[in-house]
Amino acid sequence: MSGLKTNNAVIRWIEYRLPIFSFLDHAVGSGYPAPRNLNYWWNYGSLAGLALVIMILTGIMLAMQYTAHVAFAFDSVERIMRDVNFGWLIRYIHMNGGSFFFVVVYIHIFRGLYYGSYKAPRELLWILGVAILVLMMASAFMGYVLPWGQMSFWAATVITNLFSAIPLVGESIVTWLWGGFAVGNPTLNRFYALHYLLPFVIVGAVILHIWALHRFGSNNPLGIEANGPQDKIPFHPYYTAKDAFGFGVFLLLFAAIVFFAPNSLGEPDNYIPANPLSTPAHIVPEWYFLPYYAILRAIPDKLLGVIAMFGSILILFVLPWIDRSPVRSAKFRPIYKQFFWIFLADCILLGYIGSKPPAGMFLIIGRIATAYYFLHFVIVFVLSYVERPRPLPNSIGEAVLKGGGAPAMGKAREKA
Amino acid sequence: MKTLTAAALVALIAVGVGPAHAAEGEALPKYDWSFSGIFGRFDRAAMQRGLQVYREVCSACHELKYIAFRNLEALGYSEEEIRTLAAEYSIADGPNDEGDMFERPGRPSDYFPPPFPNAKAAAAANNGAAPPDLSLMAKARPGGPTYIRGLLLGYEDPPAGFAALEGLNYNIYFPGNQIAMVAPLADGAVEYADGTEASVEQMATDVASFLMWTAEPNLETRRAMGVKVILFLLVFTGILYAAKRKVWSDLH
Repeated sequence: MSGLKTNNAVIRWIEYRLPIFSFLDHAVGSGYPAPRNLNYWWNYGSLAGLALVIMILTGIMLAMQYTAHVAFAFDSVERIMRDVNFGWLIRYIHMNGGSFFFVVVYIHIFRGLYYGSYKAPRELLWILGVAILVLMMASAFMGYVLPWGQMSFWAATVITNLFSAIPLVGESIVTWLWGGFAVGNPTLNRFYALHYLLPFVIVGAVILHIWALHRFGSNNPLGIEANGPQDKIPFHPYYTAKDAFGFGVFLLLFAAIVFFAPNSLGEPDNYIPANPLSTPAHIVPEWYFLPYYAILRAIPDKLLGVIAMFGSILILFVLPWIDRSPVRSAKFRPIYKQFFWIFLADCILLGYIGSKPPAGMFLIIGRIATAYYFLHFVIVFVLSYVERPRPLPNSIGEAVLKGGGAPAMGKAREKA
Repeated sequence: MKTLTAAALVALIAVGVGPAHAAEGEALPKYDWSFSGIFGRFDRAAMQRGLQVYREVCSACHELKYIAFRNLEALGYSEEEIRTLAAEYSIADGPNDEGDMFERPGRPSDYFPPPFPNAKAAAAANNGAAPPDLSLMAKARPGGPTYIRGLLLGYEDPPAGFAALEGLNYNIYFPGNQIAMVAPLADGAVEYADGTEASVEQMATDVASFLMWTAEPNLETRRAMGVKVILFLLVFTGILYAAKRKVWSDLH
């Protein structure tokens, strides 16, 4: 009954036999102390959780109406859009929910990069997060194939063909992935099975991610460990209230797209049924894959291109050991801070290049941006030895409370 | 360094605006659709005229497979009118108890019948290029209804020295400028039931309006619900913000 106080006899009865209430209280309740100085960039973790729940709920509803067969998939999606009650709403939420999930997760990741959240003792927390990103990418790719439009089909063809770059066994692996000698019905069926499975694997990874988070608690904008009660506040009600406000803002933006521009993030070509005999003029992935697509196409050799593309994500797994600086937050790392923004600009530039045909200037810029992407990690490694960080405050409480009282708290947060 | 970052971003935006416009030939002629904007609604009269253009012109070659006669209620037709309209079509049904396929008059639950029995037949009858289904055309092309309208108005004499391939027609808005479809509209091609003058531009506009509805029949419901959802969320988020301020106010 560790510390749970209640007058409710039913809750007491259950808690005695299954301490689920105190478990929840320690997970996201008053029993979980969090640093008092978290700014709004710390809202994106709970937002990612919200996005995952929205995707799973709408996904299950869509699965009840969808038919995973090359002859019926496109028609079944149109049936959802036209004849199923609120089918258009469920599908537009699911379709755009993917994009919003990625927006939120990318911001979450860049927040981690800026404030050094990947550093000891949170390396496993970070690694689990990167693993979630990889699982999300696999789920999103397979989900995009399911409506069986032109982009679905050709994205499946292009991406599965990447594996043919593997020496000796590549072609056999591709045939095995397809379940035939071209992208066809067996491919669609297995993608559907995996698209239904992977989100639950993500849920499992998220549970581990949160478990690892709770071992040492959240990092914070100052990047120093929270010590003692004056540095911390209970998660509930402070961060539950703050996260709830974040949910409201997120849902507002999400609703604006779902209700007023639901097709703005997609390709018109995907409203043309898949046709293996007609290749679209430009095969473009969804926006959240564009940076990786730019890296893939920047390198003239197919195998090396594939290695670079996967390497661009895999390198994140070892980032905690590349960045050897003991100082976490970019707030106290004047040079790292500059390179963080350049790296962010480089990723956005790669995304833009990925949406353009790989020729002329676009190809040259793409190659430079790709080279810089990897160079960034070398810079980070070197910086950890040559950079002189600014002095760290002694404690969160000291940094936040100087001047005393609530107004100082407000000012500190504005500056962060 | 900061200026460097800013410079990179400016360059990025400049590159982004530059070639994007020059990419695909002629810019589409603008048209102020009744359904554009947040509160835009379908123009029923235009859609009814567009349906007439589809039935009398387009349907000779193009399918409209996702639209059932019953759906036409959204255009403002009564149940009785739809019954009559459906009955003008002959629908293949069966097999019956003798095992034979048979033709019967259409019912509201039937879908617009295809002009050709299959894609091969459609291609064979049209110089090798099967005319695409039109149901989703307004969502399946960049520009949507504006593109459809532009395409129908884009038939011109090719510029000197432009050699169109055998059987293809010059169109300023079609990517590549060579389209298999012969200019389908001519002034007075239909006689509008409501007396509107059937100029090519009028018909192109009407049929594009109609096809926007076939592609996105729930557009009005969606936006109406969206306004309510946004209003609710504005108030709700405001309350959540006030609650957050209240909770945090005791922190010192």
